Amino acid sequence: MNSTLFVLASLDGLSYAALVFLVSVGLSLIFGVLRIVNVAHGSLYAFGAYLAASLSLLVTPISPWLTYPALLVASLVIGIVAGGLIERLLLSRVYGREEVLQLLITFAVFMIMDNLQRMIWGVQPIYAAEPLKLLPNVSIFGVSYTSYQVIVLPIVAVLALFGLRYFLRRTLMGAVILAVTEDREAATAIGINAQRVYLITFIIGATLAALGGALASPTTSLVPGMGTEMIVLSFAVAATAGLGQIEGTAITALAIGMARAFVIYLQPEFEVLVPYLIMVAVLLVRPEGLFGATKLRKI
Amino acid sequence: MAIRSSALTWTLAAVVVAAGVIPILIPSMATLVVLILAKGIVVLGIIILLQAGQVSFGHAMFFAAGAYTAGFWGKYLGVGDLAAYLVVGTVIATVLGLLVGLFVVRYREIFFGMLNLAFSMVLWSLLEKLFHLTNGADGMRVPRPTVFGMAFSPENFQYVLLYLTLAIAIVATFFVQRFLESPTGNMLRAIKSNETRLEYLGVSARRVLLIGYVISAALGGIGGVLVAVAQQIATPEFAYWTKSGEFVFIAILGGVGNAMGAFAGSAVFELVRFYASAQLANSWQLILGVVLIAIILFAPNGLIGLWQRQRAARDES
Repeated sequence: MNSTLFVLASLDGLSYAALVFLVSVGLSLIFGVLRIVNVAHGSLYAFGAYLAASLSLLVTPISPWLTYPALLVASLVIGIVAGGLIERLLLSRVYGREEVLQLLITFAVFMIMDNLQRMIWGVQPIYAAEPLKLLPNVSIFGVSYTSYQVIVLPIVAVLALFGLRYFLRRTLMGAVILAVTEDREAATAIGINAQRVYLITFIIGATLAALGGALASPTTSLVPGMGTEMIVLSFAVAATAGLGQIEGTAITALAIGMARAFVIYLQPEFEVLVPYLIMVAVLLVRPEGLFGATKLRKI
Repeated sequence: MAIRSSALTWTLAAVVVAAGVIPILIPSMATLVVLILAKGIVVLGIIILLQAGQVSFGHAMFFAAGAYTAGFWGKYLGVGDLAAYLVVGTVIATVLGLLVGLFVVRYREIFFGMLNLAFSMVLWSLLEKLFHLTNGADGMRVPRPTVFGMAFSPENFQYVLLYLTLAIAIVATFFVQRFLESPTGNMLRAIKSNETRLEYLGVSARRVLLIGYVISAALGGIGGVLVAVAQQIATPEFAYWTKSGEFVFIAILGGVGNAMGAFAGSAVFELVRFYASAQLANSWQLILGVVLIAIILFAPNGLIGLWQRQRAARDES
């Protein structure tokens, strides 16, 4: 592997890791607070991407620069409307029920959203690369790359990481969320509205997934099944990091993104295998994930 | 909660007769009934694990192991015999179940589910990417096998496959029902209710779970062989996580209280899929999703639970 390929693979990995991080950290946050693995998370990602593409195509004739706010609007709409509805109408009814029922209700949402997605946007690939084309290419160590992918995406991911950190550790709402996570009953006893906390957390997580999708939409063609792939990938990242670990998710996303990018150049056959192989290897040694806290064994 | 055995026997008899007779009257139903029964056999395995409170979101790997046994046989050894497919497929799924099981039974709940998912996704990637061995995403064709050395025409073969599947389903149902009522089955349930107490009784919870896991893997393999033969193809989709989700779905839909739930759920699932994709323009996923939500919110014991509740109400009046 020569140095150009090395740089190219690193940049691929970086931009990919930024997207994967946004989706995975949403999944991780939801699990950390609600203790529910959101199987529909990939669908929120796909909906974010499709809605962003539709809005982009709509506003491009007015001014191509409007596509940037369109990406943001799309992720907020999906996060708040779809995320809010899922939590209020469905998840709020199964808290405290058996784990399998909680898992399956999000699986049902996945099936419904997957079907709706094909009904609304069809099965033909959709391209909406306007935001990508607007920004110039940059040259990094002699490799020309789109600045959207190597500058915008990583900056958004870093902003999301520090934003989440600040929100959870420095604001009142963050403290309230942590209190409910720690002990729901005690938090409720001191007057915290746990239901509201769950709703807000789920909306934040869903918005992050939709944002990942919206930001990914200019870089790829949108096809059915993109959400189905993303959910297992983000799941692999979140599980490898340890569910509920925000900084750990960032590091793991970067590691898995890089590993995948290098494998694409070295041994393209095994591209999809890499994340899962890493996941199996890590979980076998540390089931709580790389950064998860070790729990005392019950017995 | 358990249905009285006489009621169970009668229902079972009715179902067996229905499954055996309907396809003779409506020949196009034969393959559909095979799929219902074969998937029901896989779901029996999911139900065993759910007794222990463990959800496997990766059981499609055993299903695929069975299906690809038939696929590989067809590609590398030529047309084989259905009995051989079944034996070898089950053995491979069982061995795979033992290997994977040795690792996963150390974990519980979400970790158990995640690790299963990870293993199945590894298998899926291999099946899809090792193109020269597995034909990649196109899958492997499964030529119509002989049955106990006899070759059949396509029309007759579908009936032979149907009755063989029916026989296997009956045996599997009784076996699983007996297993769940056996001491080991009761210990399996104790993992869900109180694992610590089980360990204090001097029982290794891991070993109990491993036994359940290997049995469920074997059932997955049998179902995989039958589906691959019925559809004449094995594709990587068979190992994908959505397939695993489908099996758990069917288990909850039917009800995990006893073995019959697997077939009730499987029948409803496949019939909705069959008729909705034919008549309601590809909205079967939407319909099934809504059905699943309704079941979870209003009838958490599944279809069998609904039926039991109705019987109980009638008995009281």
